[in-house]
Amino acid sequence: MILKNTIKSIFLSILTICSINSAFATEHKEKKEFNVNEMIMHHIKDAHEWHLWGPEHGGTSIFLPIILIDGGLQTFSSSNFYHGEMKTTIDHATKSEVEYLQGVGPAANYALYHEKIYKLNDGALSIEDGHVHGNTKPLDLSITKNVMSLFFGATILLLIMGSVARFYKKNGAVAPKGLAKFLEPIIILVRDDIAKENIGHLKYKKYVPYLLTIFFFIFFNNLLGMIPILPGGANLTGNLTITMFLAICTLVVTLASSNKNYWKHIFATPGVPVALLPIMIPIEIVGIFTKPFALMIRLFANMTAGHIIVLALISIIFINQSIAWGALSVPMALFISVLELLVAFLQAFLFAMLSALFIGAAVEEAHH
Amino acid sequence: MDLILPDFGLLIWTSIVFGLLLIVLVKFIWKPILSAVNTREQNIAESLELAVKTKAEMVALQAQNENILKEARAERDAIVKDARETANKMIEDAKSNSKSEADKIIVAAQQAIQAEKAAAMSEIKAQIATLSIDIAEKIVKSELASDDKQKALASKLAEDINLN
Repeated sequence: MILKNTIKSIFLSILTICSINSAFATEHKEKKEFNVNEMIMHHIKDAHEWHLWGPEHGGTSIFLPIILIDGGLQTFSSSNFYHGEMKTTIDHATKSEVEYLQGVGPAANYALYHEKIYKLNDGALSIEDGHVHGNTKPLDLSITKNVMSLFFGATILLLIMGSVARFYKKNGAVAPKGLAKFLEPIIILVRDDIAKENIGHLKYKKYVPYLLTIFFFIFFNNLLGMIPILPGGANLTGNLTITMFLAICTLVVTLASSNKNYWKHIFATPGVPVALLPIMIPIEIVGIFTKPFALMIRLFANMTAGHIIVLALISIIFINQSIAWGALSVPMALFISVLELLVAFLQAFLFAMLSALFIGAAVEEAHH
Repeated sequence: MDLILPDFGLLIWTSIVFGLLLIVLVKFIWKPILSAVNTREQNIAESLELAVKTKAEMVALQAQNENILKEARAERDAIVKDARETANKMIEDAKSNSKSEADKIIVAAQQAIQAEKAAAMSEIKAQIATLSIDIAEKIVKSELASDDKQKALASKLAEDINLN
């Protein structure tokens, strides 16, 4: 109960920091060409605002709090950037004009370029070949769109699983009902088909909670990413940082639970001639890291690709500037979206299953 | 390019959120769920085992019941048979007893009849003898009433003796 209240109060405080801007676009007279690439990249990448509707600049969005560590803690709303000045500068390498947002108010010393915050040197940002040179990047701990989505996902997961847990606490070991009835087969799937199958029936019990957590964390966030409006829409599980973190978790769990047999397979692979060991050992050591690396890339690529395909199909309408193309692009986007629902489950399942497989290999006893 | 570059701030937030989530889920959510599911599965397994056992017991009990029933039926048959035999025997015995009694009675009656008959015969004989003597006396008296008659008789008797 205390925990729930704490989570609630954290969320309320976050929401109060965020200020909603519903004022519509004021200027931007010059009509820009619709840029598919820019639009898609904008959607799948992280941002300091939660764009709801309207044009990209000046539309309706939730401005998320910015937290910077730059000689002390600095917090202000991201509206100080998005309502700041649109500046142009010349790229030193390509000699072309690039745009960046210069902050106002508390953000006066900072600039937002490609959703990254840079400190200005004498009110200027120097860009070379699309990259910022010479300007320092303060440590950005902002509640970005992905962080916000992370909070939503965690809250939804806690609320749903909490109600399932409450059901069992209240009713004891009875036949499941409602939400528990729906989720229990998935929990059992993780326990039996993922953990028990890959780790072995002797040692699997210890890892079931971890596997359940990563499975449902990925599954729920995948599904949340499928929802086009708040609280969904962020490409959280298609973000490399998230998948990297999850892969590192699996790597840590694997290494922490590894036994003598596992290391023997790496440094003295049974059945391999001694002369080959100088080649085999580096390969095996690299192998330790390629496994979680593959996990990271697989989830990131699958989820990002799904978002890109849906966005690209919808973009057909805007490229051709004709609603008639919706007859083609909407059914196709629908088809891909339904496919993505399957992928959302499949990728969560695969991540958990491969994690279990790696853990299983680390705890396996010698039986040759 | 920054699509495939990890973001430090997000990494920090992810580790905080995921870490808290892991702790809360493991402690307060997965534990009760898994223990309830495990307990239920155990209960189901035990119940199934019990059902199988009970079924086997039922079959055994049924067989036992049938045996008892069969025995009871056999016993009943035996008792009925015995009773019938006893009854028959009693009837037979009674029949044979009554016959011998009757025979005895008949024999006794016959004996009594014979005895009565003999007694009657002897009495009749005695009566006849007395009567005969009386008659003979009377005849003799009449025969010998006169001298002539005495003489005729004597001669007749004498004649009979001569003839012999």
